[in-house]
Amino acid sequence: MRREIPLIITGVVGVVFLLQYFIPHWPFDEMSGWFSDWFSIVQAFAIWLGALNLLKISAQKVIGKKSDWGFAVVIIVSFLIIVIVGLTGGEGYRETGTGFSWLYKYVYSSLSATMFSILAFFVASASYRAFRARNFEATLLLVSAFFVMLGRVPVGDNISFFLPDEYQLSQIANWIMTWPQTAGQRAIMIGIALGLVSTSLRIILGIERSYLGGGD
Amino acid sequence: MSTRAKEILVIGIVLLFSIIIYLGKVFGWVEVIRFSPLVSMILIGILFLALLYILVLTLKGHLIERRAVFLFVAISVALPFFMTISQSARISPEVQQLYDNVSELPKGSKVLVSFDFDPPSAPELQPMAESFLHYCLLNDLKVIIMGLWPQGPQQANLAMDRVLKKEDIIAKKLRDGKDYVNLGFQAGNEFVIKGMGADFSSMFKSDYSGNSYHDIEIVKNVKNFSDIDFAFNLSAGYPGTQEWVQIAVDRYGLSMGAGNTAVQAPMMYTYVNAGQLKGLLGGIKGAAEFENIVDYIGKGTKYMLSQSFAHMIVIAFIIIGNVAYFKNERGKKKKH
Repeated sequence: MRREIPLIITGVVGVVFLLQYFIPHWPFDEMSGWFSDWFSIVQAFAIWLGALNLLKISAQKVIGKKSDWGFAVVIIVSFLIIVIVGLTGGEGYRETGTGFSWLYKYVYSSLSATMFSILAFFVASASYRAFRARNFEATLLLVSAFFVMLGRVPVGDNISFFLPDEYQLSQIANWIMTWPQTAGQRAIMIGIALGLVSTSLRIILGIERSYLGGGD
Repeated sequence: MSTRAKEILVIGIVLLFSIIIYLGKVFGWVEVIRFSPLVSMILIGILFLALLYILVLTLKGHLIERRAVFLFVAISVALPFFMTISQSARISPEVQQLYDNVSELPKGSKVLVSFDFDPPSAPELQPMAESFLHYCLLNDLKVIIMGLWPQGPQQANLAMDRVLKKEDIIAKKLRDGKDYVNLGFQAGNEFVIKGMGADFSSMFKSDYSGNSYHDIEIVKNVKNFSDIDFAFNLSAGYPGTQEWVQIAVDRYGLSMGAGNTAVQAPMMYTYVNAGQLKGLLGGIKGAAEFENIVDYIGKGTKYMLSQSFAHMIVIAFIIIGNVAYFKNERGKKKKH
């Protein structure tokens, strides 16, 4: 029954959502409403579960003195600080000027943005080492990237100021983004959608069971 | 010096620099550090000569290390913050389309703004949020804020704090709950959008400050998407613009524009071209263009110079990398 019950739940919920899309009337609209509410409730609990699981794994790492356990200490201390500051802040703990707000703005936001900004360094390094005009396709990609990167910043138009308005780099970049790029994106999106439909059907019908874990 | 010691040294220097900049911001003297256009041009010239030197080294067969690329990127991103060169961004059709749609809204129209991002994407999306909110509030549009990401409403608060301090907005004497409201975060991803299609109050029992939904003046007559005149989604991934388009736009006919990170924006062009999105702001460029069009000079415009420099540096290194590649290929052919 440990496998059958999840399969039944998945099948019933999947079929209801599918039917509700085409028949938005009783009982499917109401059932879809229940399932949506359940999803929200389950997801809200999942956030708690995730946070507590992170704490548990980090604590196990520290207790067992596993590799990089120092980072786990940072996680636990940071977690506790933000929770304590939040709890002691009262009802309006998220308002401007509170300790929680200060931590969010000057610590969490700055650290998160720093992590994301590292991407710029890796993009530049990867472009330098791997973006080569090895064949026709790679050259086409390279030339497109060249036009888009220059055309998406004001300096592009400064460089091409002597050209007629419609041939300036920003216009060329716009053309690439609007037509060839969109065509490619559509092809990818349609492909993904078809894959999603077939995978969803396999899951709803119980053919695809890998999400249950343990292999089948 | 060991690698570990070097790493600690670099972290120490960066930390010290951050503290100095933070103190400078608090006491106001960081604003004084500005390079004149002449000094800026000299610095650009030095940067160009350094790149030229690397090209010559490459032609001689000396490949530069990865850390040199990192250093150039760091300089090219950081230096423009202190420069006084101004650049004008040409308005893209999709930005113009968003502006046209918002500017056509009559006074008192209800605009739903969903903050579906977190701090990592804030450098790109926060400037969009600020300029958009400023424009709405200045033009007497009623703003209803929400978030499908847990940190979204907090980002909205940061944006609102800055906007509400502007003199033209202070003069309007706007009130929370009457002219704008932050409904907060609701877990459930696209199911929240679906739920809102039936009844907003089923998804948001209270606003961010804890006031009951039914006691908030601005949403008193808002039952579902039919009562929303325009929506603007700031998105950095899932759930985001794609889910809003698939459910709120396609099923409930919501009129919607979006602001996306530069990485995500290309995918949204399909929706713009199909008319499902009424305008799009893509990355810092989109933010800068919107700031330009609504005459609100913020961080988008300031960051644009850094973006220009970074793009130029990446292009320069792509060219240098290809020079090295073709030189190597020619060398191989000669050997054969």
